Amino acid sequence: MSYMIGLKCRECGRVYPKEVVFVCEYCFGSVEVDYDYDAIKRVLTKAALASRPKSLWRYRELLPIDGEPTVGFFSGFTPFFRSERLAEALGVRELYIKDDSVSHPTLSFKDRVVSIALTRAKELGFDTVACASTGNLANSVAALSAWAGLKRYIFIPADLEMGKIVGSLIYDPTLVAVEGTYDEVNRLCAEIGAKYPWAFVNINIRPYYAEGSKTYGYEIAEQMGWKAPQHIVVPAAGGSLVTKIGKALKELKCLGLISEARTKLYVAQASGCAPIATAIKDRSDIVKPVKPNTIAKSLAIGNPADGYYATKAVLESGGWAESATDDEIIEAMKLLAHDRAGRDPARRVHRALHHRQRAQDPGAHHGPAGEGRADQADAGRIRAESRASAQRRRGQTPHLRGLTPLEEERTWL
Amino acid sequence: MAVKVRIPTPLQRITNGQGEVACEGKTVSDLLTDLERRYPGIRERICDETGKLRRFVNVFVNEEDIRFLQGDQTPLKDGDDVSIIPAIAGGA
Repeated sequence: MSYMIGLKCRECGRVYPKEVVFVCEYCFGSVEVDYDYDAIKRVLTKAALASRPKSLWRYRELLPIDGEPTVGFFSGFTPFFRSERLAEALGVRELYIKDDSVSHPTLSFKDRVVSIALTRAKELGFDTVACASTGNLANSVAALSAWAGLKRYIFIPADLEMGKIVGSLIYDPTLVAVEGTYDEVNRLCAEIGAKYPWAFVNINIRPYYAEGSKTYGYEIAEQMGWKAPQHIVVPAAGGSLVTKIGKALKELKCLGLISEARTKLYVAQASGCAPIATAIKDRSDIVKPVKPNTIAKSLAIGNPADGYYATKAVLESGGWAESATDDEIIEAMKLLAHDRAGRDPARRVHRALHHRQRAQDPGAHHGPAGEGRADQADAGRIRAESRASAQRRRGQTPHLRGLTPLEEERTWL
Repeated sequence: MAVKVRIPTPLQRITNGQGEVACEGKTVSDLLTDLERRYPGIRERICDETGKLRRFVNVFVNEEDIRFLQGDQTPLKDGDDVSIIPAIAGGA
């Protein structure tokens, strides 16, 4: 049974059927999926959820598909663990990490959005999918479309790191490397999207695709024992993830699954590409595009599609934003490497933000804090393997210092 | 002075299904006026009630976003390509 009613413009409220529509035909505003929340409330209970498989599809009623899922059966429900050592290093009493670097199958949160997008693409009759990507989305579309038996076209900036390109090529897509920035690749795809009968996951079926990010928020609340954290820090590129986390928590409150949804949302960006953080710090609803120049290439979107909505979500929540220089990102990489949690530059950006905000406002991050991660790469596997092998050489059983024993095992999944 | 204008799918009903049309104008603002003359009703879809480009519309002259140029006063010359593109797209 589907609980998806249709699509609705977030700006002017015009409604559209649940078909291939990604912007309002009148005002160009973003269209968003509308659900029958009253019906969902009757079936989506904590008891019902407790009996379901631990994947993103456990929140099926809140996701935009009509039939049954076709891909992503093992995606989502990633580890959520307390990191005492990082909390101590940052001067925070209680800090948790939501770790999508072990997301199945391509080690990034993009497996969430792509699982939804490809399932919906099949329902809409597409046999070919495509995307514009800075790498992680490319990997996920390549892998999951192979699983789903869909043809695939992947568009990337030509200067993308080879590691990420290989992660896509192994699934044999048609890969198009474009001389230009991600924003230019995205523009190309937006222009050619209508010329081909393809489902561009982050363009013409974007309203469905973007809903997958909500599962990140649902899981944080469920894994905290059906509570919303006080603060969530999220790295931002296009701005969709932080927006959808905010939406997810509001939906859970509306459905009575959590009692409060007062989480303050924070955005972290690289100084070399910080259009959303700048707008938030200026308390402006105008997100001025920039030309990216940062080592955090996965966050290098100078013209963020959801910049306006991300800014709005953060400011309305009472949160804030910061940007980190490349040097600060590198320092944060070292800190997190010391904390044994990964080495991808995009993930280090919000670590640098923690440091800076702590210095400016010592009380800002007391209390539970979830940490969003937009960009997860192979580095997670590399450091885990190297750590484990080093410990084995020393005759030790691999373990993570600073994590609570209860969560330790799952962190290694 | 002919300028090629790429029309996004949501507006192609107004341009009789054409994805590209030829217009004239010394600036982007002039071009939008000429576009409205040829295809009545299109300007209000691109611009708000104050005449400014809507928040979710991006306009490019050749390869550059006009927000990096001179906005709707960006000058045009014969042979330029102008693209009107929905802003709500992408997210890597």
